[in-house]
Amino acid sequence: MSDNILDIRNLTIHYVTDKETVRAVNGINLTLKQGESLGLVGETGAGKTTTALGILRLVPNPPGKIVAGEIFYKGEDLLKKSESDMRKIRGHEISMIFQDPMTALNPVLTVGEQISEAILLHQNITPQEALQKSMDMMELVGIEGIRHSEYPHQFSGGMKQRIVIAIALACDPALLLADEPTTALDVTIQAQVIDLIENLKKKLGTSLILITHDLGVVAEVCDRVAIIYGGQIVEFAEIAMIYNNPKHPYTIGLFGSIPNFSVKAKRLKPIYGLMPDPANLPEGCTFAERCPLATDACRQGDIPNIEIEPGHWVKCIHLGV
Amino acid sequence: MAENEKPKAVLARKSQLKDIIHRFMKNKAAVLGFVIIIVLVICALFPAQIAGPDYTEQNLRNRYQPSSSEHILGTDELGRDMFTRIVWGSRTSLTIGLASIMLACSLGVTIGLIAGYYGKTVDNILMRIIDVLMAVPNVLLGISIVAALGNSTRVLVLAIGLGSMPAFARVTRSAVIMVREMEYIEAARATGASDGRIMWKYILPNSLAPIIVQVSMGLATSILTISGLSFIGLGVPAPTPEWGSMLSSGRAVIRDYPHIILYPGIAIMLSVFAFNLFGDGLRDALDPRLKT
Repeated sequence: MSDNILDIRNLTIHYVTDKETVRAVNGINLTLKQGESLGLVGETGAGKTTTALGILRLVPNPPGKIVAGEIFYKGEDLLKKSESDMRKIRGHEISMIFQDPMTALNPVLTVGEQISEAILLHQNITPQEALQKSMDMMELVGIEGIRHSEYPHQFSGGMKQRIVIAIALACDPALLLADEPTTALDVTIQAQVIDLIENLKKKLGTSLILITHDLGVVAEVCDRVAIIYGGQIVEFAEIAMIYNNPKHPYTIGLFGSIPNFSVKAKRLKPIYGLMPDPANLPEGCTFAERCPLATDACRQGDIPNIEIEPGHWVKCIHLGV
Repeated sequence: MAENEKPKAVLARKSQLKDIIHRFMKNKAAVLGFVIIIVLVICALFPAQIAGPDYTEQNLRNRYQPSSSEHILGTDELGRDMFTRIVWGSRTSLTIGLASIMLACSLGVTIGLIAGYYGKTVDNILMRIIDVLMAVPNVLLGISIVAALGNSTRVLVLAIGLGSMPAFARVTRSAVIMVREMEYIEAARATGASDGRIMWKYILPNSLAPIIVQVSMGLATSILTISGLSFIGLGVPAPTPEWGSMLSSGRAVIRDYPHIILYPGIAIMLSVFAFNLFGDGLRDALDPRLKT
């Protein structure tokens, strides 16, 4: 247990408004070992980003509220920490890379100032040293350090994302949360950014939670994968297990909807239907509406989490099929 | 290579400002306003060199003179040179205007920033206070403050500053509410920045454009309010030349000697006009929606 850098137990986050309660995250359990990378895969609105924001305690409140659960980071429950303790952890121990690099940088500060900001907040050094360090960080992510005096609008999208990564890594965090770091980028730049994250992770020994809906990216970078649907983890396993032996009908559906070059197919096989409205989640399995295997038993009671082989958990009652 | 890179970076950094200036210069009306403001500022800085050092010099045999080569704008009821007094009057108007707007800006922006950033109850309390202030007409507020504290330049600054403060608070608040939702604010929070730091380094600089415009517009109204207060005798004490009090002293003889109220009136009108044109031009130049 002690080698887990992060241990999330039964995390539940709701967005409460006057009209309705949106159950974004419903009892998520996750563990992350030191130096490991975990992929969090799911479609839009499944609760991936909310989970990441929950770890940093940055869920916008109101309307967001962490209703239940524990988040142990290095053995301490983050949900019990004071706001000022959390500020010391954010950026220093746990960093986040945001989805859209176009809007994640402050347009009125030079990139050098922004990287130095993050460093100065957590380290007791002079501004000159911080600037030197931020230039080093820029070199590390593949941008000439001399460009530190330029503003975000002078960089391309891929370069901005590199700057965002440089900010996130500036204080050598132990855990990096990457929230769809490549979604806003075009395919060639995606590959570069993924390579960069992977290399830096190896170099700095950072643990990583990679949030994405791209199974290809996960296969390249991650050690373990959690498939998330309707605010719950429906399948959680090591990468090889899940790619070779997907068990949950949703996971199977996800793989089925990826184009395969070796098989001649006229059409892709999509998962029909839409995600259930998180304000109005059905009882039982949240996937039942769209599931080809669904029976009446799926629509009632709690669906158990079954460990079908060591380290491979599936939340489904049809595993015998 | 690295040495060649540096000046290029610095050059590019200036281009945004250059863009704004370029857009501003295309607006002829705004440039006209800017030129008038420059003239006003020069008058306020060097009145003695432009119009002579003594604005109190009386000559009772020379009262109510029309324009002549000796007194280009004529003389007033005490035989004082109107041109001298109008030029010196620009100093009064501009200093009180600037000081009161600085007061209004610092108070209003702080309140708007806090209200907009924290929202909820804080916002509600602060903005209701602002609403109360807004419900009182500027001139009435000025009259009551001057009546309570006596008329001196300081009290005038306070009265006009408090009166213009609500506009700053509202403008700032609405800009802050927009900027607050940007992703870079969330990103800053994720690096562990405190509320104060986020407000000061991230939100305020990004909300600056409408505040700058409000400064220019506010200057116009505050010049008008100063004149208004002086006109009813609550402004700057005599013999300091002030456009509003010059108007007031000429109103009894308006049929016989209209030039006594004409010239200070034109001075007030021109300066208000200039600051409004300038403010309009600034708003267009700073508006990001017009950027291509």
